Amino acid sequence: MTQGKSMTVNAFEDTHETKPVKPQSTATVHRDVRETVGEVRVEDPRIRCTDVNVYYGEKHAIKNISLDVGKGEVLAMIGPSGCGKSTFLRCINRMNDTVSSCRVTGEILLDGEDINGRHIDVVPLRARVSMVFQKPNPFPKSIYENVAFGPKIHGLVQSKAELDEIVEASLRKANLWDEVKDRLDDPGLGLSGGQQQRLCIARSIAIEPEVILMDEPCSALDPISTAKVEQLIDELRQNYSICIVTHSMQQAARVSQRTAYFHLGDLIEIGKTDDLFIKPRHQLTEDYITGRFG
Amino acid sequence: MTQTPILVLLLLALSSAAFYFGRKRAFQVAGGQIRKLHSLPGYYGLYVAIWAALPALLVLGVWLSMEGSLITQMVVSTLPASVQDLGPDKLNLVVNDIRNLVVGNIVSGTPDAAMQAAADRYRELQSISKLALFGVTLAVAAIAGWLAFSRIAPHHRARNGVERIVMYVLIACSLVAILTTVGIVLSVLFESIRFFRAVPVSEFLFGLDWSPQIAMRADQAGSSGAFGAVPLFAGTLLITLIAMIIAVPIGLMSAFYLAEYASRRVRAIAKPLLEVLAGIPTVVYGFFAALTVAPFIRDSGSILGLDVASESALAAGLVMGVMIIPFVSSLSDDVINAVPQSLRDGAYGMGATRSETVRQVIFPAALPGIVGAILLAVSRAIGETMIVVMAAGLAANLTANPLEAVTTVTVQIVTLLVGDQEFDSPKTLAAFALGLMLFLVTLVLNVLALHIVRKYREQYD
Amino acid sequence: MTNPTSPAAPGQSRGERNFARVQAGMKKRRAAETRFRLYGMIAVGLGLSFLLVLMFSIVSKGYSAFLQTYVRLDVPLLEEVIDPEQTRQLDTLRSADYGALVKQNLRDMFPEVTGRRDKFALYNLVSNGAGFDIRDRVLANPDLIGTTLSIWVAADDDVDMLLKGHIERTGPEADRRIKDNQLAWIDKLNAEGRLEKRFNVAFFSNGDSRDPELSGIRGALMGTIFTLIVTLSLSFPLGVAAAVYLEEFAPKNRWTDLIEVNINNLAAVPSIVFGLLGLAVFINFFELPRSAPLVGGLVLTLMTLPTIIIAGRAALKSVPPSIREAALGIGASPMQAMLYHVLPLALPGMLTGTIIGMAQALGETAPLLMIGMVAFIADVPQGIFDPSTALPVQIYLWADSPERAYVERTSAAIMILLAFLALMNTVAVLLRKRFEQRW
Ligand SMILES: Nc1ncnc2c1ncn2[C@@H]1O[C@H](COP(=O)(O)OP(=O)(O)O)[C@@H](O)[C@H]1O
Ligand SMILES: [Mg+2]
Repeated sequence: MTQGKSMTVNAFEDTHETKPVKPQSTATVHRDVRETVGEVRVEDPRIRCTDVNVYYGEKHAIKNISLDVGKGEVLAMIGPSGCGKSTFLRCINRMNDTVSSCRVTGEILLDGEDINGRHIDVVPLRARVSMVFQKPNPFPKSIYENVAFGPKIHGLVQSKAELDEIVEASLRKANLWDEVKDRLDDPGLGLSGGQQQRLCIARSIAIEPEVILMDEPCSALDPISTAKVEQLIDELRQNYSICIVTHSMQQAARVSQRTAYFHLGDLIEIGKTDDLFIKPRHQLTEDYITGRFG
Repeated sequence: MTQTPILVLLLLALSSAAFYFGRKRAFQVAGGQIRKLHSLPGYYGLYVAIWAALPALLVLGVWLSMEGSLITQMVVSTLPASVQDLGPDKLNLVVNDIRNLVVGNIVSGTPDAAMQAAADRYRELQSISKLALFGVTLAVAAIAGWLAFSRIAPHHRARNGVERIVMYVLIACSLVAILTTVGIVLSVLFESIRFFRAVPVSEFLFGLDWSPQIAMRADQAGSSGAFGAVPLFAGTLLITLIAMIIAVPIGLMSAFYLAEYASRRVRAIAKPLLEVLAGIPTVVYGFFAALTVAPFIRDSGSILGLDVASESALAAGLVMGVMIIPFVSSLSDDVINAVPQSLRDGAYGMGATRSETVRQVIFPAALPGIVGAILLAVSRAIGETMIVVMAAGLAANLTANPLEAVTTVTVQIVTLLVGDQEFDSPKTLAAFALGLMLFLVTLVLNVLALHIVRKYREQYD
Repeated sequence: MTNPTSPAAPGQSRGERNFARVQAGMKKRRAAETRFRLYGMIAVGLGLSFLLVLMFSIVSKGYSAFLQTYVRLDVPLLEEVIDPEQTRQLDTLRSADYGALVKQNLRDMFPEVTGRRDKFALYNLVSNGAGFDIRDRVLANPDLIGTTLSIWVAADDDVDMLLKGHIERTGPEADRRIKDNQLAWIDKLNAEGRLEKRFNVAFFSNGDSRDPELSGIRGALMGTIFTLIVTLSLSFPLGVAAAVYLEEFAPKNRWTDLIEVNINNLAAVPSIVFGLLGLAVFINFFELPRSAPLVGGLVLTLMTLPTIIIAGRAALKSVPPSIREAALGIGASPMQAMLYHVLPLALPGMLTGTIIGMAQALGETAPLLMIGMVAFIADVPQGIFDPSTALPVQIYLWADSPERAYVERTSAAIMILLAFLALMNTVAVLLRKRFEQRW
C-alpha cells in the first residue's frame, strides 16, 4: 500500500485511536444548501452522469446527481449509511434493473454512449462495467471455475490454454496466485474472507472490464486483507477506472484520486481527494470528515 | 361398549366435584387469607381434580384394552381339552364362533352344548368385568382424590404439583410419535419374521416369481418360487422412474421459473395453483388414471400400432408424476429461495444472463437441497398406493416396458390384505414383509433427504 | 496492459476487442435465454394444464350425477294389495308388497306387453326402490289407500344413462343394455311427459347400494365425519401438547434430537404403512372392531400427528421471546408463561396446521383399506363403532364398479370431496391471513 498511503495526509492515518486534527475550517457553504460543491467534470471521462435520479417506489433515493469518472482514476464515494452510495453505484452497470421497485432517470454515458438507451443490452454493458460486492460472494465452484466464469459466459476465449492463461493472469493481478496456485480445483468457498474477496476481484478483472465498481469491498475483511485489497486497487488503477464505495475515510484517502461526498441522496461535494479532506468547502462535508456526523 | 362413556362422564363429574372441594378446602386451611397459601386456591382444586381423574382414567384405559383377550383366554381355558388341542388355527375359528354367539350373530352350523356353555360363560365374564370396572375405577378415583385432598395445607406447593403432572402429560404426548415408530417397526417386523419362517429371505428378495394366490392351497403353503418379490420391486421402480421423468424436469423448471423469472403477480397465482395438485387426494388421481389417462394412452398406442396394456405402467407413472410435480417444485422453490441474493448479484454484476445465472450459479448452489427434495419425492412415489392400486395391474410381470402392465409393492399389500385374512397364511404375512421393505426403503430415503436438506439450510443460515 | 495471449488487433483497444467478442456472442446467448425462459413457462403451463384437465375431466363426468331421471307413475293404491284386512296396522302397512303395485301399474300402462321376458324388461325400467318410495308415502298418510297416487320414482340407471346420452341407442341390439322394445317404451313415456330429470335426492340421502340410482354418499360422508371427529379430538390435543413440550420445555439433547428426526420421518412414511400398523395393533392386538370409524380415526391420528406437531412448533417459534421474558419477568412460572401468554398467540398457527392435517386425513384412502373400511355397507353409520366406509373409499369402490352410472357418481363424489377440501384449505388460509403476526 505504498502509493495509496503516500498520497494522503499523515493526520488521517490512524483515526481509530486519535481524533483527526481538525483541519482549518475553510468551509463556506452552509449545511442547508444542497447543491454540489466542487468540479463534477473531468477532462477525459470514462463515465459521465448527468441529473441522475433514483426512486424506490415513492422513495427518492438519489436526487439529481451529476458526476464524472475519469480514465485511470479511482473515485471514492463516502457518506453516512443510507445516503445512496450503493444505489448510485448500482446505476452505473444497471444492477438496479434487478430491483423491481427501482426507477432510474437521467443520463449515464459510458464512453459517450447512454447506458440506459433503448438498444443497450445489460449483458455486454456489465461485461464492460463489472461489480465487486460488500460481502465476498464466490460461486459454489472451484477457484479456477470462479475466475473462468466470466470469460466462459462472454465467450472471450477460444481454447482451454487461453482460459488457463486468463485465469492465471487474473489471479496474479489480484495478488492471489501464489496463495492458490496449488489448489485451483478446491472450492472457492474454502478460502479465507480476504482471499475470497480477492478471488471476486480476480473474477471481475478476468473479463477485462473498463470500469470496476466496488461496494465497500473491505468492510467484511480484517486489516491485513484490507491492506492487500487496497494495494490491489491501486495497482489496478492503471488499467481500469474504479469507483469504490467506502465507509472508511482513511481508505478513501489512501486509494482514491477523487472523492465524492453523498448526503441523503444528494451529492454534496466532489473534488481531489487531498483537497476534500484537507479543506472541505461544504459544511456537511466538514461535519462528516471531522466525525461530528455519521 | 356403551358403559364406557357413562363411566367417563361419571369420572369427569367426580373430578369437577374434587376441584370444587379442593378449592374450598384451600380457603378453609388458609382461614380465608389467600396470602397464607403457597399457591392460588384454584391450583389446590386442580391438584385434587387431576388426582381424582387421571389414575382412574389410566386404569380404565388399561382395563379396556386388556378385557377382550383376558376374557377370551379364560373362556378358552374352560373349553373341553379336545377343543383346546385343536391347534391355533382351528381354535381361532372356535373363538370366533363363540364371540358370534355372544353377540347373537348366526354361526356356521348349529352350536353344540359346549359352545353354548362357553358363550354363556363369556357373557357372564363380560358382565362381571363391566361391574368390576365400574367399581375399581370409581374406587381408584375416590382414593386418589381423597389422598390429594388430605394433603392440602397452606405450605403445600399445589401449583408445582399441578405443573409437574402437566409436564408429565406433555412428555407422554411427545412420546406418542416415538411409540408410533416403534409400533410400526414391531408390527411389520413380527409378522415378517413369521413370514420368513415359511419363506426364506433370499427367496423373497431375489425370487423372480410372484404368485401368492397359489399358496392359498394348504399343501402349497410357502411352496418355492411363489413369493419372489423382484417383479414387485422392478414394477415399483419402473413406475417411480416414469413419475420422476415427468415430475423432476417439470417441477424443477417451474420452480426456477417462478423463483427467478415470474413477476410477483404470476407467482402469487401460479404457485398456489400448482400446489393444489398436491392437495388433491390420491384416490382422485387413481380414478383419473384408470378412467381417462389409461384409455387415452391405449387408444393413442393403437393408432401408432403399439400394443398397450389397459393397465400400463405408463398411465400410472404419468399420473403419479403429475401428483409429484408440486412436491418437487415447492421443495425446490424453498431451496432456491435460500440461495443468498449475493450470489445472484455476483453473477449479474459480471453480465451473466438470467439463464446463465440460474444454470451456472443458482443450480449448483441449490443442488444439495434439490437432491434432498428429489429423494423425498422418490420416497413419496414408492409409497404411493391409490394411484397404482387403481391404475396399475395385478400381474407381476418382470419387464422394463412401460406399455406393459406391472404391479407394485403397495398394490400387492392392498390386494393381499383387503378381503378375508387368515393371519397364519404366508399370503397375508407376505403383505407385512412387503410393508417392512417399504418402510425400510422410505426410511433410508427420508432420513438421507432430511439430513441433506438440513445441512444445506445450515450452510446458508 | 493487454492480455498477454490475445494481443489487441492494431488500432483496437482492449476494451473494444472484448466488446466485439461479447457482442458477437450475444445473439446465441439471447436465444438461449429465450429458450430457457420458454422451458420454464412450458413447465408451469404443463403443471397448470394438468390441473385444468383433471378438473375438467372430473366435472364434465360428474355434474350430470346431480340430476337423475324420474318416472311419473299414477299408482292406484289398491287396498287388497296393501292391507286386505283393513287393519291399518303399521306392521302390515310396512311389509306390504308395494313393488307389486308398481309392476301392476307398469303392466296397465303397457297392456300390449306379454310374456315373462318382456314383462321383466318392462319392470326393469323403474328402480327397485320405487316400491319403497310408495311405502313411505303410505306410511306417512294411510288415508291415501284406495286412491291413486301420482308419484315420481327414480328410473333405472340404464334408463337414466340412456337419457343422459351415455349409452347408445343404435348398434347391434345384443350389445346394448337397452333393447329395442325398452327403447319404444321409454320413448312413449317420454312423449307422455312421464320422464323428467330432477335433482338427485337419493345421492345425498342414501347410503351405498348395488343399484346405482339408489346409491348415495350419505353413509360414506357420515363415516368420514365420525372418523374425522375421532382424529381431530385426538390429534389436536396430542399435537399441541407435543409441540409445546418439544419447543418450550424439552432439553436439547440426543433424545429430543431423536424425537425430532423421528417426527420428520413419520411425516414422510407412506400412509399405507400406517394402515399396516392399525391392522396389527388396533385390530389384531387390541381387538377393536374392524371397519369402524374409531380405528380409522386412530390410524389417521397417528398419520396427521407429525404435520400438526411440525406446524405447532413453527407457530410457537414465531412467538417472539420477549413475550415469554415479559411474563417470566412479572413472576409467572414457565408453565404459566407458556399457557397464558405464548400459547394463545401460537394457537391460530396451530389451528391452521391442524386444519391442513385434517384435510390430509380427509383425502386419505390407503390406510382405511387396511383396516377394513372398504366393505360394502348400505346402512348409514350411527356412531364411531358402526361399520362404515369413508368418502374417498366410497370413491375407490364406485370407481371399481362396472355400471356406467357409477362413473358419474364417482366423479360427483369426487367433486364433493374436493369441495370439502377447498373449504378446509380456504379456512386455513383465511385463518393464517387474519392472525398474521405483526411484530
Ligand atoms: N431495494 C430497496 N428498496 C427500497 N429502498 C431501498 C432499497 N435499497 C436501498 N433503499 C433505500 O435507499 C436509500 C439508499 O440506500 P443505499 O444506497 O443502500 O445506501 P448506502 O449504500 O449509502 O448505505 C436508503 O434509504 C435505503 O433505505
Ligand atoms: Mg451500501
